[in-house]
Amino acid sequence: MKELTNLCLDTAASLGATYADIRIINHENQSLLVKNGRIEDISSGTSAGFGVRLIANGAWGFASSFLTEPEEIKEVTRLAYQIALASATIKREDIRLAEEKPVQDSYKNKVVIDPFSISLEKRLELLTAAEKSLRIDEKIKVAQASMDLFRTKQIFAGSEGSYIEQEITQCGAGISATAVKDGEIQRRSYPNSPRGQFASRGYELIDSLDLTENAGRVAEEAIELLSAKNCPSMKTTVILDASQLALQLHESIGHPTELDRVLGMEASFAGTSFLTLEKLDNLQLGSTIVNVTADATIEGGLGTFGYDDEGVKAQRTSIIREGRFVGYLTSRETAPVLNQRSNGTMRANGWNRIPLIRMTNINLEPGDRTLDEIISGTKDGIYLETNKSWSIDDKRLNFQFATEAGWEIKDGKRKTLLKNCNYTGITPEFWNSCDAIANRDHWQIWGVHNCGKGEPMQIAHVAHGTAPARFRNVQVGVGK
Amino acid sequence: MTRILELESQISESLTEALSHSEADQTEVLAYAHDTALTRFSNSSIHQNVAEKNVHLSIRAIKDRRIGYASTNRLDRKSVQGTVNLALEIAKERPEDAEFKSLPAPKPVHGMSSFVPATSECSPMQRAEIIKPIIDKASENKLSAAGAFSTEVAVLGVANSLGIKSIHSLTQASLNTVVSSASSSGFVSFISKDVNELNPEVFADKAIEKALMSENPAGIEPGRYDVILEEEAVAELISFLAYIGFGALAFQEHRSFLYGKIGQKVTADNVTIWDDAHDGRTIGFPFDFEGIPKQKVVLIEEGVARNVVYDSYTAQKENKESTGHALPAPNPYGPIPTNLFLKEGDSSLDKMISSTEKGVLVTRFHYTNVEDPIKTILTGMTRDGTFLIENGEIVSGVKNLRITQSILEALSNVQSISKITRLIDTGFGTCNVPALKVRDFNFTGATEF
Repeated sequence: MKELTNLCLDTAASLGATYADIRIINHENQSLLVKNGRIEDISSGTSAGFGVRLIANGAWGFASSFLTEPEEIKEVTRLAYQIALASATIKREDIRLAEEKPVQDSYKNKVVIDPFSISLEKRLELLTAAEKSLRIDEKIKVAQASMDLFRTKQIFAGSEGSYIEQEITQCGAGISATAVKDGEIQRRSYPNSPRGQFASRGYELIDSLDLTENAGRVAEEAIELLSAKNCPSMKTTVILDASQLALQLHESIGHPTELDRVLGMEASFAGTSFLTLEKLDNLQLGSTIVNVTADATIEGGLGTFGYDDEGVKAQRTSIIREGRFVGYLTSRETAPVLNQRSNGTMRANGWNRIPLIRMTNINLEPGDRTLDEIISGTKDGIYLETNKSWSIDDKRLNFQFATEAGWEIKDGKRKTLLKNCNYTGITPEFWNSCDAIANRDHWQIWGVHNCGKGEPMQIAHVAHGTAPARFRNVQVGVGK
Repeated sequence: MTRILELESQISESLTEALSHSEADQTEVLAYAHDTALTRFSNSSIHQNVAEKNVHLSIRAIKDRRIGYASTNRLDRKSVQGTVNLALEIAKERPEDAEFKSLPAPKPVHGMSSFVPATSECSPMQRAEIIKPIIDKASENKLSAAGAFSTEVAVLGVANSLGIKSIHSLTQASLNTVVSSASSSGFVSFISKDVNELNPEVFADKAIEKALMSENPAGIEPGRYDVILEEEAVAELISFLAYIGFGALAFQEHRSFLYGKIGQKVTADNVTIWDDAHDGRTIGFPFDFEGIPKQKVVLIEEGVARNVVYDSYTAQKENKESTGHALPAPNPYGPIPTNLFLKEGDSSLDKMISSTEKGVLVTRFHYTNVEDPIKTILTGMTRDGTFLIENGEIVSGVKNLRITQSILEALSNVQSISKITRLIDTGFGTCNVPALKVRDFNFTGATEF
């Protein structure tokens, strides 16, 4: 492969590019979906190719192709160069990259049981049994169990001398039941929605989920929700379960700390960020118990890797320390704005996309209480579990989430089931109202396998370590 | 033109190779090739500029009513044969699918003109030249421009062992921009088969006007308002309806808002929605991802629910014919209409504004999501040009508002519809829609800008 990467880098240099990198990638995936007693999806796919990114005349160009062959590499490198020249006709200043030492290394994430080695028969047996256990009543109109496997092998070579090989294996699985009756529709998912829990781990993750053992409860709750009380409209205390809190963290802390968004690079699509540069080290973004880290090194996280797609080593950095906003997610292009080096968050969704700043594992560090202590210390409130829908404005301030289920909390006890729960708020107010976070016993890393960003659209695998937490004075039951 | 002929030839050869190699009882081959280029700009400079050549080949192999799927992005003989073999191996390992009857049989596909050479030949430098006046005009007005301009050549080929073999090429050019001041922004978008239909100066003026008009926005209390929804906002509502309920699978699983409602009133009389890929105003392929010709399907007619769209699987379950709305297999979402139309009226944006005593004008929505697919409740934010109307005039920009609104309720409250319609890219197809004036639209929250 070094011959191919050198061909690209030499071609780029001979054309006059001042920087170039090439990623050669082979990605494979397998997908299984059993739905309503039928195998809906049983597929295997591969996508292979290369992408060339370079700087010429002080501007970026990128081109990619599925044909990883010498002549194509030369042609695509020339196209990337032509694109850079076109970019240079409309630029404010030359691209400047933060310094990074060249690296020759390899990385492979820890996998106890290779998920691709498990026979299709065994995987189907698990999903079929779990799905069957969901169909306990005719009101369950959609019962489904799914499993996804991913493996990416990647070579990164840069004109500054880096050559990095990585192999990342990931998988995930989940179940859900949708109950319908008399114009009412309710869904419950396990262990998370959509499509379950995901991690950079092997089949040991799927073995640990106990899908079939949880199916009966999931289906029963979906049915029970049909006749449950509607979530009332009021301001109250909410306790978010860890999986919902993961998405809350994702949307209201993760995305707004991406420095490319802050600098306007996503302005026309997903938007910008309220966390403008002057707020760094100056904004109390959460209460003093709120500590958030970006940790691409944590074992098993779906956002864990060895090096990012600029060849920068994976890192753990602080985003919020005792409630104070102290750090962005950065890249080699954006970090110089802060007189910093990149903290290694540039990742691309395959060979045919440029790297963008992406969340890694953005974690809310655990607190010091048990969940029972948090609930028993709550006189009135609602416990909200499992995300149903999400929405946030284009600066990441006003959010609204709906959850699959909620439970009234009265006098320190979890009581009546509630349906159609949603809640809304403004990001800094919400995080400043956090007065309890459960401890490490309740802390779990939740894989988010569908994080969208960029044009053309890129889907990233990221994750969030969270434990349940309590927030005061939150508006619930919006639109009721 | 050489490139498109090359792509079409590659697709045709791979379809033939796959079918001739397959030992399955029935085999379907889907091949898609595209050359896409996208220039992205922000802070009035080009910051991302990319090109991609890719192909996708997927096989559906059926052996003894057992179905396997496999895909690759290589079209060489060895890869094609390997993918066919893999699909068949997967099929053999699974149990029989009692509900599967057959792949679809061929039907005549009517041709359409979807390919414009000027779009396929648009170079990186030409894209920069089209963007430059937008950035310059924004700068002249002390505004900052951001956006994305893409051109695409795509070839879709579908063949199956029952005799289907269809190949079609199309081009697409699309541009969106957000023009911003310190306190406001304006948005405009364009999509066409023909890049030459784009006039960047006129395009820029629309976004700039909105950004300037909405500077220093006022805050208003959330609540129910008369609202004027521009085409981009209307397309968001209609495309969500398609996603959650205009497909037969959602209907058969009782998840669709149309379940039990066919023949009943679901919106106001002045609302008619249909899907038609053959209408010259839209962009699409003449056949679906099973190779079945796309039919015009009326979904809601003068307020009455009429039909949903079908692929071969959902059609066979009801002993009906596919309407040509299959997505690529394997497809757990079922069929979805992707070339939607909402019937025009006789009003105009100016008339809607002048007839409004107090209301809100919305340019577009942001980050919308469904809270309840049967009640069609959607939440999302307004963005890039939200205005307060008083006594028949736009009086100021307003800070962005959150909606929590039933789409069908909104479509039941349509007071007037513009005569002019626009084609909007919705991400999974297009909507050709007019602007709407709707009463009692539910704004449930507000943000700080």
